[in-house]
Amino acid sequence: MKRLSCLASPVVLALAACTTAGSDAAPKSASAASTPGPSTAPENPYPSTYKAYPGVPTVIRNATILDGEGGKIERGVVFLSGGKITAIGGPETPIPADVAVFDGTGKYVTPGIIDIHSHLGDYPSPQVEALSDGNEATGPVTADVWAEHSIWPQDAGFGRALANGGVTALQILPGSANLFGGRGVSLKNVPARTQQGMKFPGAPYSLKMACGENPKRVYGRKGRQPSTRMGNMAVDRQTWIRARDYQKKRAANKEQMRDLSMETLADVLEGKILVQNHCYRADEMANVIDMSKEFGYKVTTFHHAVESYKIADLLKDNGICSAMWADWYGFKMESYDGIRENIALVHNAGACAIVHSDDENGIQRLNQEAAKAIAAGKRMGITVPEEIAWTWLSYNPAKAMGIADQTGSLKVGKMADVVLWNGNPFSIYTRPERVWIDGALMYDANDPKRRPVSDFELGQIGAGDTK
Amino acid sequence: MTQRKKWAARAGAAALSLLVTSAMAQTIAITGGMVAIGDGSEPIENGTVVIVNGKVMAAGANVAIPPGAQRIDATGQWVTPGIMSGFSRVGLVEVGAVDPTNDSEAPDSPFSAALDVSTAINPLVNPIAINRSSGITRAVVAPAASKSIFAGQGAIIDLGADADAVTVPRAFQMVEMGEKGAGNAGGSRPAAHLMFRELLAEAQDYARNPAGYDGRSKDNLLLRADARALVPVVQGKMPLLVHVESGTDILSVIALRKDFPALRIVLVGAAEGWRVAREIAAAKIPVIAGGLTDLPASFEMLAATQSNVGRMVEAGVLVAIGLTDRDEAFQLRHAMQQAGNMVALQKVPGAKGLSWGQALRTISAAPAEAMGLGDRMGSLRPGRVGDVVIWDGDPLELMSAPVAVFIDGKQQPLDNRQTKLRDRYATPGEGALPKAYEF
Repeated sequence: MKRLSCLASPVVLALAACTTAGSDAAPKSASAASTPGPSTAPENPYPSTYKAYPGVPTVIRNATILDGEGGKIERGVVFLSGGKITAIGGPETPIPADVAVFDGTGKYVTPGIIDIHSHLGDYPSPQVEALSDGNEATGPVTADVWAEHSIWPQDAGFGRALANGGVTALQILPGSANLFGGRGVSLKNVPARTQQGMKFPGAPYSLKMACGENPKRVYGRKGRQPSTRMGNMAVDRQTWIRARDYQKKRAANKEQMRDLSMETLADVLEGKILVQNHCYRADEMANVIDMSKEFGYKVTTFHHAVESYKIADLLKDNGICSAMWADWYGFKMESYDGIRENIALVHNAGACAIVHSDDENGIQRLNQEAAKAIAAGKRMGITVPEEIAWTWLSYNPAKAMGIADQTGSLKVGKMADVVLWNGNPFSIYTRPERVWIDGALMYDANDPKRRPVSDFELGQIGAGDTK
Repeated sequence: MTQRKKWAARAGAAALSLLVTSAMAQTIAITGGMVAIGDGSEPIENGTVVIVNGKVMAAGANVAIPPGAQRIDATGQWVTPGIMSGFSRVGLVEVGAVDPTNDSEAPDSPFSAALDVSTAINPLVNPIAINRSSGITRAVVAPAASKSIFAGQGAIIDLGADADAVTVPRAFQMVEMGEKGAGNAGGSRPAAHLMFRELLAEAQDYARNPAGYDGRSKDNLLLRADARALVPVVQGKMPLLVHVESGTDILSVIALRKDFPALRIVLVGAAEGWRVAREIAAAKIPVIAGGLTDLPASFEMLAATQSNVGRMVEAGVLVAIGLTDRDEAFQLRHAMQQAGNMVALQKVPGAKGLSWGQALRTISAAPAEAMGLGDRMGSLRPGRVGDVVIWDGDPLELMSAPVAVFIDGKQQPLDNRQTKLRDRYATPGEGALPKAYEF
């Protein structure tokens, strides 16, 4: 079994992500190490209240295990207890007495899928204007908004992503109308009454940025800057100049009014908030990379990235992940050059590849999207074994979300975020059979009571149906 | 050897082994493969498909091979009818958000029902070649409604690499009768139903006395051209595709036939069709559904579930799968994934799926039958168009791909703009000259 530690990963990003996400205290405020100054932000004002649900000690045996970091075990054993992975190994692994044992013969066990790009909750179902809260499209720079303040926890999409998709964690981002769209937040895919109740404990925040058509279209139509790609870059750079100034004053405890936008951007400049950058075209990604160097911040992931295959070497050299669809193309000009081999080509160049959805339907089938990417690669001679391909679905997104020390792979001591599939998850004929989150059984295909029914669906036709 | 060269070598070998010289006046026998007819039956091992003069002559086990036939060995491969998309806008759009390349709707046109997509189908848009190389050979192509409840007249096309794409022009009329129809009719469902009834009544006026029809009077809602286009609809000579999602709206549409008994209704969408499946079956109305629609995306889809198709089929409804809610111009190739997921549901307790053969039928024979063209296309039954795909594995599986595609008996090229981009960037970084010189 091949093991990849965080530090041994070929992707430079791993280093950044591993050092970023270390403790439950993230996001830390700028002044944690010094005396609070006049522009000091309160520490974590909207804290996670997520609590793992109780689970029973559980063993799955005789399954094919993909560990999420590139390892594969045939007829393997996984032991979950106390919310954690407590043992993983081959058929010889001892099985404790008095635990629930599931036979995984002919089935697969994987880490739960992690979707790094979702709008569940901020663009929920039903898609009515009253619930459409993903884009604060009133100005191109809205780094002050936080996606979590738009999240409606009753979006039925969360439950579909769990039951049909095996998704155990996800990042909710603001939309891409703005250059600086606001803060994104990572969630556990466990229903709760409040967004705080879903919030992934200790996950760093992200900053959603966007290049390309959307900002220039939205604001160009309003007769405002930006109306061009050069306008996009100009507004970005001018904003980073302000942010650097704010960050310096804050670090020096100088008098200044708190500014929500600048707080977020200063945290980016200090490496505490990870940049998730919507960008389609290769040439624009290259511009953004240079901009990040001009102002001294790091782009963690390019999202959509339909042209990453054209600059996979550049992305590898800069340690930037690409979060991609398997086959989307043509719906807009900047998606014109989308090809099915994008994911495989990025991976093959040694850069970090992630399969993402950005879609309430796609999030239910990310394993199928990965299968399409494997197939496209195979047809051009790029062979990606299934255990390696699973890194696109759990470990790589976990790294890029700064939570890889806690989830994203089946390693002893990590969160027991686990899916038992009723077959090979890269087959069209396979679905999740059971999903555990922090060791708690949150979905069981054989138990109609073990699947979420959101408040919105409760009491409506079809509530509780297999969806 | 670079990835690109490896790939090129494989493609070359495949092309040589399957080289077919001319389409018509030729007999092709595809032997040894796992053959699926597309009519709902399960696949047949070691089957044979014979294409003569561009049409299927026979398919199945123990099929005699005519003398002189060109033989193609498909041992270890699968052979199916070409995949038919039950709902799309392929051929009308090159780039979705670039308006001059998008002919799917005309918000500023004075016309509605008379709009005819067959005048705009462009076989050279890239999505045609891209989907062809994935095994899609035919498609239902529908216009999108803008201001009126009526969208216009759709077509049946083939995705062949030639200038002649339209198989059946003006194959159907399309109307919106759910939330969108209510909006286009002025803001409510009563407005949509009244509009529908009045417009059809005006079409009947036109049919009775075309010369006397005054499409310009204040009392008329229909322009002459639109009235003329609706005559075959009200007379039952042209199928009417009706987009509705909710069970309630479906029943209201079925009820329209009390006043317009000749209507040949085909439901599109029907996310809650399973709730009224018996009524749909009794009315003998085919359905074109999305298959994977399972979210309450709107209040007309509260009961959406992936079991919708399986439950309707179980009730005896003819169900085809199409791109009823998204990607209509680009992702016809998702048809196999949609159908395959229906098979997966068989293993999910409480869900209703389809057998493999039934699932293939939803993307081959069923779309043709829903459009009244089951005797001409959609399956490998004798006499159907010679649309045949040879696959390197189970066609519903995500890892499988076509190795050969025939349309009207003619073997098709499988490259496209995307494969050329792939080849150019198979290795990152420039060579002796910029990438722009690699073609």
